Amino acid sequence: MSTTEHSEFIDSDTGKLGMWLFLFTELFLFGGLFIVYSVMRSKYAADFHHAALELNAFVGATNTVVLLVSSMTVAMSLTAIQQKRAGKAMGLLFITLLLAGVFMVNKYFEWGHKFGLHLYPGSDVMKGLPHGEIMFFGLYYMMTGLHALHVIIGGILLTIVIFRIKSGKINAGHYLLQENSALYWHLVDLIWIFLFPLLYLIT
Amino acid sequence: MTHSPTSAPLNYLNHKTGLWSWLTSTDHKRIGLMYMYTIAIFFCVAAILGLLMRIEKMAPGQTIMTAQTYNGMFTIHGIIMIFIVVIPGLAAVFGNIFLPIMIGAKDVAFPKLNLFSWYVFITGAILGLYSQFANGNSPDTGWTFYVPYSAAASSNVVIALTAAFVLGFASILTGLNFIVTIHRMRAPGMTWFRMPLFPWSLYATAWIQLLATPIVGITLLMVIAERTLHIGFFDPALGGDPVLYQHLFWIYSHPAVYVMILPAMGVVTEIFPTFSQKPVFGYVPIVFSSLAIALVGYFVWGHHMFTSGISYESRWFFSFLTFLVAIPSAIKVFNWLSTMYGGSVDLKPPLLFAISFIFLFTIGGFTGLTLGSLATNIQLHNTDFVVAHFHYIIFGGMGFAFFAAIHYWFPKIYGKMYNFKWANISWVFLFVGFNLLYFPLFVIGIQGMPRRYFDYDPKFQTGEMLSTIGAFILIFGLIIMISNLVYGSRRGAIAPANPWHGVTLEWQIPSPPPHENFDEIPVITHEPYRFDNPHTN
Repeated sequence: MSTTEHSEFIDSDTGKLGMWLFLFTELFLFGGLFIVYSVMRSKYAADFHHAALELNAFVGATNTVVLLVSSMTVAMSLTAIQQKRAGKAMGLLFITLLLAGVFMVNKYFEWGHKFGLHLYPGSDVMKGLPHGEIMFFGLYYMMTGLHALHVIIGGILLTIVIFRIKSGKINAGHYLLQENSALYWHLVDLIWIFLFPLLYLIT
Repeated sequence: MTHSPTSAPLNYLNHKTGLWSWLTSTDHKRIGLMYMYTIAIFFCVAAILGLLMRIEKMAPGQTIMTAQTYNGMFTIHGIIMIFIVVIPGLAAVFGNIFLPIMIGAKDVAFPKLNLFSWYVFITGAILGLYSQFANGNSPDTGWTFYVPYSAAASSNVVIALTAAFVLGFASILTGLNFIVTIHRMRAPGMTWFRMPLFPWSLYATAWIQLLATPIVGITLLMVIAERTLHIGFFDPALGGDPVLYQHLFWIYSHPAVYVMILPAMGVVTEIFPTFSQKPVFGYVPIVFSSLAIALVGYFVWGHHMFTSGISYESRWFFSFLTFLVAIPSAIKVFNWLSTMYGGSVDLKPPLLFAISFIFLFTIGGFTGLTLGSLATNIQLHNTDFVVAHFHYIIFGGMGFAFFAAIHYWFPKIYGKMYNFKWANISWVFLFVGFNLLYFPLFVIGIQGMPRRYFDYDPKFQTGEMLSTIGAFILIFGLIIMISNLVYGSRRGAIAPANPWHGVTLEWQIPSPPPHENFDEIPVITHEPYRFDNPHTN
């Protein structure tokens, strides 16, 4: 398409600047939820304490470790592509995807367990709880749900990267998409680093 | 590729033809025009809704519509005007068309993202329109979606909220694109302080779009969650806090006012030097006042909530900052006036609109201070005074700046010229109609007429009637202006490359600009507004 002849190649610094700005907006998006969390926590300190005891810190900690390791593998895959080791880069990305899968499966069982106890928004059990506990679970579902959506988007991005490496479009000379996807994946990790203590550890 | 039969040189309008070539174009100029046509259509729809509301209020009691219809109309009028017309407005249209040219670039930093933003915008705009008509059940919350009512209202609020969220996403992406473009794409030699002032205003705007919009995005998502999943973040019946919603909403929506007005200020800052043939007065203060408005404007949201039960200390704080943010705006007004002082002022239609911008914006600004003072705010909150104030800022400010911009850049965009006489006539109708429409609302607002009311005490009828007459005159002016522009774009006389003797880069290239703007990227050697080589024609 000739209309894009001057736009086919975005240089790497420009692309990364755009990505960093986008990551700021993501932080602000979750920032809104953190504000609501802080306000509600100070309003309903005791209820938040009780509700947080419901969450299984072990499952949360496992997921934290899983995401941290996946951040490492995604960073290693970037180094691999820079060293022209495309196969290794794809392998490491594949491991990252596997870890993302483990995270989501864990999340599925965690949410499923709560649904089994009828602890979901609008349920009769929920309606019987004090206001602060309803708020805690509301925030829990909203924050972890939005985060899980980001895990899925990140996973899709990394899958695209694997195919692009395979077809040679991403190589030691051009790896902007991989770098930006890795940045996005680190953001997913970073948000979780904040969610984990706020929801699971502070009781 | 089809060659134009008039053997005109190839430009961005004719180098490819057909609807598909537009819908897939990553050319910033074509995308800007697509925004303009979309926005113009939505503006006309919302303006007609406004006229219908004015007709309803010609007489007390029910005139042409039910109270429920009226509630739906002011809601959708607000949603369309704010989220689809005014917030993207100048930045998405003239920013897209002229930002790359004015900084000497061939396109924005991310052309494909730019096209994608337009599609996101269209999606949001269609959703917004759909929310009005789906199930014959239009939202009636007002464009501010205040909870708890918006959480309970049995109407298409969720669709409208989604529309606002999607439109916000388009706004973020455009802002992101502009910031990166300004950082990375300036022509060689164009240092920050050699950049024209319209790009500077877009830069300040883009930061607000980027940093404030996500907050309203998550807030609207929370209201959607509140409605669909029954999570009571803001509903007091479920332990939520409705005032918290107002905080989160205005953290975005007040800075959004500066998203609207900063590019408007940027446009007139281009127009005054050109039509005075004199360098802009106080380039550096204008730059820093734009940045100051963006920065301080982020911290004044509480002045929308003086009567919502926030603490005395925070009311004092927000009132103080509101007065503070008026200072950089006033600096700009003095700069514009001083730019004209001693220049060879040429009162062509763009300047006419730009001068009326100053007049209307100043009235809007001063009445803003009236509302920003704690004592008077208690009296005036939620009256028609507020409606008059923000229409003076948004329509009188941003709207007239948009008219100024289209009359200024029209010959560059189309390579043709509109009729000056009809442009001046349309200005008379617009200016008179505007003031007659909104000024009476100040008066009846002070007398106690609440905003958003379908019915009113007969003692307000004179004011309401004058206002409705003004609305008809204004609409008539709009029809003349749009007809003149449409006719000019099709049958107008061929315009020279630089009809106004402007000195910024867009006037140094042919009209309409070639597909890639510049054959050779220019090298900038001096500040933007240098008129020291007076033309001799």
